[in-house]
Amino acid sequence: MTLSKQAKNAFDAAPWTGKTKKYDIVKEGSIAVAFVAIAAIVLSLVMGSPDEKPLTFKGWAVSNADNFYVTAVQEIAGTSGSATYGGPYNKASDGLNVGPFWLQKWAGITHPIDTVNEFVIAPLSTQVMSTEIASALATWKAASDSQKQNWATSYDDAITKVDGKLADVAAGAYGPVPALAQGLTDMAKGGALDAALLSQGGFFQTDNTKQVLFFGDGAYLDDAGTTANLQGGTWGMMNETGRYPGQAWLWLYSFWYQIPPFNNEESKPIGANADAYIMFIMGALSLGLILIPVIPGIKSLPMRIPIHRGIWRQYYEANGIKRRKK
Amino acid sequence: MSEMWTAKLRNKWQKDLPIEKLLPDDQPAYVVSWIYVFGVLTLAALAMIIFSGVILAFEGPAWYHISDTGLFINSLHFWSVQMFFVFMVVHLWGKYWMAAWRGNRFRTWATGAIAFVASIATAFTGYLVQTNFDSQWISFEAKDGFNAMGIGAFFNVTNLGQMLLLHVAFLPLLLGVITVIHVLMVRRRGVVPPIDAEPSLNGVER
Repeated sequence: MTLSKQAKNAFDAAPWTGKTKKYDIVKEGSIAVAFVAIAAIVLSLVMGSPDEKPLTFKGWAVSNADNFYVTAVQEIAGTSGSATYGGPYNKASDGLNVGPFWLQKWAGITHPIDTVNEFVIAPLSTQVMSTEIASALATWKAASDSQKQNWATSYDDAITKVDGKLADVAAGAYGPVPALAQGLTDMAKGGALDAALLSQGGFFQTDNTKQVLFFGDGAYLDDAGTTANLQGGTWGMMNETGRYPGQAWLWLYSFWYQIPPFNNEESKPIGANADAYIMFIMGALSLGLILIPVIPGIKSLPMRIPIHRGIWRQYYEANGIKRRKK
Repeated sequence: MSEMWTAKLRNKWQKDLPIEKLLPDDQPAYVVSWIYVFGVLTLAALAMIIFSGVILAFEGPAWYHISDTGLFINSLHFWSVQMFFVFMVVHLWGKYWMAAWRGNRFRTWATGAIAFVASIATAFTGYLVQTNFDSQWISFEAKDGFNAMGIGAFFNVTNLGQMLLLHVAFLPLLLGVITVIHVLMVRRRGVVPPIDAEPSLNGVER
């Protein structure tokens, strides 16, 4: 005879009236703290912790000046990743969606970013400039919006046409754009852009959004991420710089980026909106984790797969309790 | 019974969670597996994280780049977090295979699972405030997921100030509160009996 479901629940819920044993909870807690403290101290002394120096605009412009220059032109022409991003930075695109849910667009522009003025013109304007750059800036500021766009687009197209090989770019009506890009490259090489981008003319600053976005528009950060095995498509989300363990707990989040259609940006609608779909999936799975006790099938697995026979082996053996058929 | 809110709260507290349950000196005899150790180890690692984190907070986020002592404290923080997650995941799997939500313990399970999710969020903000290359990379990559959900509109992973405040204030407070509730629920309900436990051994009639 077996207990009814209600009686079993009542038994599981009731205070335990069977055999007990001594238990010193304070001693247990103290030993646990001591154990963890010693383990952490030993690991810290032997292994230390990861701390790779941050990349700088100076490092980028010195090590790969052409890439920096081309990126600067893209920021002026409005073709960089940041300039074409969409919310929350600008309205250049609708952003990602999951079916009818355009959450990125609906959330609006809360961190407006104007790549031309904030990434290029404003930082350049903070500098003591050569006559050539000062003149280019003056020409740019005096020009109409359509003129500015024509110059920048023509130059950006010309660079794209020769795959970024600056020496091969044909002559054209590019206005002051080449001088502005060169001025910004020189400024970055000297180290002044790092501070100018952050401060934007202010004193206190705690928001690195503009720097981070500009940085990601070029190849420098991406290449460094690849070298450090941090790319999302190769489980990089779980990796750490150097020889240290990373965020292993993100394995499931990272997993989706390794499989089709999520790992193919060309695949519509899911691959092209992978960031949004994966967030939805992980949100649903997190909710599922919380609700496991009420999810049919999953809640019964522990009764069907007898791992509990190992956990409570002594109890079962001492009382001669055989496994019941489920 | 008194109608006073205070008296009601006190009476409920004394009924549900008397001091004998909060600080017990005995426990059911079936609690003999190593798996039971991982809950308290998770708490111990959390204590270590808070201890090292408070020191780091006093010195500021850039301290450990320039000080050997700072690097050591940062390392304590780092390894405590690694241990914390290992212990918590083992604890979570253990409780799953014990079906530890049985006997009106759903809320104990749910608060534990919420604590797991909150821990991931807290750790994530920690990675963003390292002020090193890792932070640069993670903030650039992670922004896309949050922006795609519209969350980036108010949770800006590239804003160091915002992430730092959330990491040292709001999120630890949230995690701390959830953890306290979770532990109190464990103490209130006690450890779940074995699957297939025999009620007649406890003097319960079938």
